[in-house]
Amino acid sequence: MSIDPQKLRTVLVTDCGSTTTKALLFQKTQQGWRQTQRGEAPTTVEAPVADVTVGAVNAFTEISEISGRKLLAPASEHGAPFLPNNAADSEGIDLYLSTSSAGGGLQMMVTGVVREMTTESAQRAALGAGAIVLDAISADDGREDHERIERIRHLRPDIVLITGGIDGGSSTHVIEMAELLRAASPRPRFGDTLRLPVIYAGNNLVAEDVREILAPIADVSVVANVRPEINREQLIPAREAIHEFFLSHVMSHSPGYGKLLSWSPWPVMPTPAAVGDMVLSYARDSGQQVLCADIGGATTDVFSVFRDRGGQEVFTRTVSANLGMSYSMANVLVEAGSASIRRWIPAEISESDLRDRLRNKMIRPTSIPQTIEDLWLEQAVCREALRLSLSHHRSLAVGLSGVRQERGISDLFSQSENRYQLVDPLKLDLVIGSGGVLSHAPRRIEAAMMMLDGFELQGVTQIAVDSIFMLPHLGVLAAVHPQAAKEIFLHDCLVNVAHAIVPVWRPRAVSNREVLLATVSLAGCGTWQLFSGRLQAVFEAAGVSGELVVVPADRGIDVGAGPGGTLRREVKIGECGLILDGRGRPLVLPEDPKLCVSKQQESYRALGLEVRAKHE
Amino acid sequence: MSSAFVPGLKVSRSAALQKVRELPIPGELLVAVGDQVTADQVVAVATLPGDLIIARIAEKMAIEPFEVLSGLAVKIGDVVQQGQILCRHSGFFGLFKSTFESPVSGTVEFITERTGHLAIRVAPRKMELRAFLAGKVTAIAPGSSVTISSRGALVQGIFGVGGERCGTLRMLAVEADAEIEPQDIPDPARGLVLVGGARPSLAALQLAAARGAVGLVCGAIDDRTLAGYLGYELGIALTGDEQVVTTVIVTEGFGNLAFSQRALAVLREFDGSAVSINGATQVRAGALRPEILVPRIGNAIESQDEAAMLGLELGRAVRIIRVPYFGVSGTVKELPEGLVKIETGADTRVAVIELQDGRQVAVPRANLELI
Repeated sequence: MSIDPQKLRTVLVTDCGSTTTKALLFQKTQQGWRQTQRGEAPTTVEAPVADVTVGAVNAFTEISEISGRKLLAPASEHGAPFLPNNAADSEGIDLYLSTSSAGGGLQMMVTGVVREMTTESAQRAALGAGAIVLDAISADDGREDHERIERIRHLRPDIVLITGGIDGGSSTHVIEMAELLRAASPRPRFGDTLRLPVIYAGNNLVAEDVREILAPIADVSVVANVRPEINREQLIPAREAIHEFFLSHVMSHSPGYGKLLSWSPWPVMPTPAAVGDMVLSYARDSGQQVLCADIGGATTDVFSVFRDRGGQEVFTRTVSANLGMSYSMANVLVEAGSASIRRWIPAEISESDLRDRLRNKMIRPTSIPQTIEDLWLEQAVCREALRLSLSHHRSLAVGLSGVRQERGISDLFSQSENRYQLVDPLKLDLVIGSGGVLSHAPRRIEAAMMMLDGFELQGVTQIAVDSIFMLPHLGVLAAVHPQAAKEIFLHDCLVNVAHAIVPVWRPRAVSNREVLLATVSLAGCGTWQLFSGRLQAVFEAAGVSGELVVVPADRGIDVGAGPGGTLRREVKIGECGLILDGRGRPLVLPEDPKLCVSKQQESYRALGLEVRAKHE
Repeated sequence: MSSAFVPGLKVSRSAALQKVRELPIPGELLVAVGDQVTADQVVAVATLPGDLIIARIAEKMAIEPFEVLSGLAVKIGDVVQQGQILCRHSGFFGLFKSTFESPVSGTVEFITERTGHLAIRVAPRKMELRAFLAGKVTAIAPGSSVTISSRGALVQGIFGVGGERCGTLRMLAVEADAEIEPQDIPDPARGLVLVGGARPSLAALQLAAARGAVGLVCGAIDDRTLAGYLGYELGIALTGDEQVVTTVIVTEGFGNLAFSQRALAVLREFDGSAVSINGATQVRAGALRPEILVPRIGNAIESQDEAAMLGLELGRAVRIIRVPYFGVSGTVKELPEGLVKIETGADTRVAVIELQDGRQVAVPRANLELI
């Protein structure tokens, strides 16, 4: 596909989401590349309008109505419906691109032999390719065969990834997984005549056995092992095979996608893969370690780029399939518990009221909070969804090192000693929040607080939000014009909200009474003292650029430069200034509900947020 | 999406009812276009392939895969009976003899040489598909589906648990805004679809199930009551497969909310009629809401379909679906064009609603449901 980026002036990009198709117009202006117009319409992939292009055209039409720019040519059944860009760049487009997560996105199941080794690598490969992992079946997961078969049948994955064994290693358990898959014979979600797409990325010795067993039910593609050696992971071949199957099998059998694919010279990308590419590309360019969370109605995706012990950037993506702000809101309640949600609300709310409100949002997912108490409740749920998603993310964002340990039972291995956590909050430079509850929080400081509390940020971290959930569009644009994507990302997408400064300390380093933890100074702006137990906003720092210096008051206190170390960093402070958080980590709130409410009210007021509690 | 609002649930005393009954795999249809069917009539059958059972012979006999192959007493395609010897092995100069017997009856489908595993496909089983809706067969897709059409009352609920049930509609002697207690449950209740009341107590719900009621339709349900009834907490609104005796459908939501007067008025007309109900709810894309169908075979009523899907416009009757006015009805008085700042601080499009008590309040359009 040859597209000359230099010739591009106007690019139209859609993200076909589960509920909404969002179209954005990107244009080269005198100031550089900018996002200029947007249009939205409900996604149309189910009866009565089972054709994704209908929703896409509706979104284009909204852009045309708002901007006055004609985009569409008279309807043509097979050709692209766009007018070519004219010489004056006043109508039409040069290029159309799209991402998609409609119909629930790309849903996969993975299998492996050892949960913490090949199965985990398989999950990382699938997640990195933008899939939702419905289940990860492992030879050592303790389930009976019939349970696994039932599960596979019930899930009906779009694609199955089979892994297991290092090259020349385990074979029995890998073949067993293929046998189970054949026994289950799941029907693919789309296309009755479609054979189940299976990717085999395990022990190379048994690839042909696996192919033979699955031949009657599946279309098997064999690629390089995701774990050719115990301490080496290679995910790219499996990811590429997933993308290929996604386009050739899943997309082309989804309603209307054949037409959508023909409109663009570039492959349609799974939405999370596009977001991941954008996050990785920015982290590489800026040299920062980045965490990004996209909290949607049904799922929460978390992306991270951290450097491993060898100094290499490692990209990890996870998706928490049932943690979200509308359809899945009640599941956050089930997983977190009502007490965990209630602790973030600066007003008293009864247990039954809280539960019923969340359930009512679940069944009427498009409704929005009208009262401040309802807003607090949704923002409390967001904090818990972020906390749970990050916990899930940390379990998969691991580095590999060390040697293997043989257990002696068949060829199962334990890899737990070789894994280490990649996500180190003290080394995190930038956190980006995306999704309606964060991007459209009525006050930006509220978005910052949700991320500060939900992720329990530590050290010095810049907090930003994606202005209108533009990351997927920019991810696919970056594939053809990286410079344009970068310019738009920095100018229109990333909203710099605040810098959080959160000292952490050993339990005995700081007494219970309020003590000085650190001194914070920002060149040309001022100096502030950060005390334990308190939350403080420094609004006057908003928009200031310069050197930020954070000096711990004790050698047992860490502000991100090691215990007792002084942190110096060139920064551009966001629109809400600095947030000085002396509450300590892990964040412990009073168990007594009244005290907890009082503590939260104190925090809200400290950040300039109004608290009109009913019970005051 | 400037016209955001919830379309509203269908409530009609005379609607065109249609159900497409589809087999999960190709099968045989037992009815033809033009046939009249009853709700519990079997309209199609299919043969589901039997399960594939993997016999891990090598591990079970503690021998190597090649020894399994040399000792096999069956081959691919053979029909085997449960208990039949599949493999024999003689170890240590024939001193230790062992055998492996088939765990099930079926047909040998494949043998994996590298693992010494053998797969047996058990006999297929029949599945029957019932009409669910009484009416006339109006279309068929050979080997695949039957479309049944009828006319009658249709009431959609907002949420339900439990799958398809057919029974007789029985109005409860409970006010629309009163809680349903055990003394309100008729005895016997076998085969009844109980209708009325605000929310049931857990004891009332359990008693209805114990007495064999196939359905309970009410205004709302308490989150705790639902968890107590199901035995677990629901995470997402994807229901219909719950193993419960009594399918529960609520018209309003969670909490203590009165039964929708509109829905109640329609259902009251059909006290004693045969009904088909389904609690299956799917809130995600392609939303599926629970429903109560009252077909009127041979007694066609003139079409009076209500709830036409018109847009949000001045004078339309609406209901508010979020606090602080949750459940309150009114009419649209104004539709301001621009964005309006609401109490949360968000700028959003609103509608000014005149409530039944004469007050006028601004409500986000996303929080309105058309009546």
